[in-house]
Amino acid sequence: MAEFRLPKNSRIVNGKHYAAAVGASNVRQFAVYRYDPSAKDNPRVDTYTVDMDSCGPMVLDALIKIKNEIDPTLTFRRSCREGICGSCAMNIDGSNTLACTLAIDSVKGDVKIYPLPHLPVVKDLVPDLTDFYAQYASIKPWLQTRTVPPAGQERLQSKDDQELIDDPAACILCACCSTACPSYWWNSDRFLGPAALLASYRWLVDSRDEAADERLDDLEDSFRLYRCHTIMNCTQACPKGLNPAKAIAATKKMLVERKL
Amino acid sequence: MSAGSLPGRFLAAFVAKNGTGHFWGQRLSAIALVFLGLWFAWCLTTMSALGYADAVEFIAAPTNRVLLLLLCGSLGYHSYLGVEVVIDDYVHGTRIRPVSHNLSRFAHAVIGVVAMYSIMQIGPGA
Repeated sequence: MAEFRLPKNSRIVNGKHYAAAVGASNVRQFAVYRYDPSAKDNPRVDTYTVDMDSCGPMVLDALIKIKNEIDPTLTFRRSCREGICGSCAMNIDGSNTLACTLAIDSVKGDVKIYPLPHLPVVKDLVPDLTDFYAQYASIKPWLQTRTVPPAGQERLQSKDDQELIDDPAACILCACCSTACPSYWWNSDRFLGPAALLASYRWLVDSRDEAADERLDDLEDSFRLYRCHTIMNCTQACPKGLNPAKAIAATKKMLVERKL
Repeated sequence: MSAGSLPGRFLAAFVAKNGTGHFWGQRLSAIALVFLGLWFAWCLTTMSALGYADAVEFIAAPTNRVLLLLLCGSLGYHSYLGVEVVIDDYVHGTRIRPVSHNLSRFAHAVIGVVAMYSIMQIGPGA
């Protein structure tokens, strides 16, 4: 059955407080989730008071400043710092988003930072994405063809056909959408989640792909696809402004049309 | 990660090949219930002005009886599909989930049969 309370050893306790540097006047407080599975301690929330006069404007800038200048044990993923790689996806101020594209000024009060929800935590703000990537791999995210390619050229498509895949192909696999979905929280062992289903839709509408029937066959399952109840948390959470819920609805429509 | 190293539960071999019929059935029965529900609301307002004998006669009229049977059937089917969704969402035990599905099937079948039998029994002289 669904569990509504965390197990005893998973309940979050108050952690350490790190005061601001002496003389700092323009400060903000960051409450950051800390957990190390190799230690036996419960997860805790440490608070860091950061001097904003020497900090960049984004939440990721503050995390990097904390790690570099205050607490080097803080662990998080980051890479591109411009919303392309999806590495710094985390739950900030109650919403899943990218730390590199969220301005500190857009958060009122203390900035509360947690890892993406409902995934095993590797350490601090780093979630275990093994199943997430397995779900992505399961939809066979590559071009599948049966026919011989045209001699001497690539498989071309029209501008209109290309526009069909522009949005779904812009997914950066940050996992913000999937981990914002209650159905994914409860059934992530079998439900593919919005990110993988958006990727699947990207290949279903690709005019060059010739495996649409097999792809739909692989989605014809009450758990893999139909755990989506269109509550649209995924669309609200997507930091790239994509619409996985619409893609999933379109996939269901394709399956119904095929059946009729 | 290559497709070859996927955890077994995500492999295509474990696709149940069901779900679309369920999804479509939910929508069709919902559309049917919109019309049948409006008709039933109209029936209730009409019957409220009737005495017992006239109300029985009203239900026993062939059109009303068929529509009432359709309402019960659609309502039961829609409820059955809805409860299945709730069970799949929230009941996770590998033993308790099939038991829950079977209990739901049994309960809906019994209630449906009793409701339809009762409607068929209503007629002049009831």
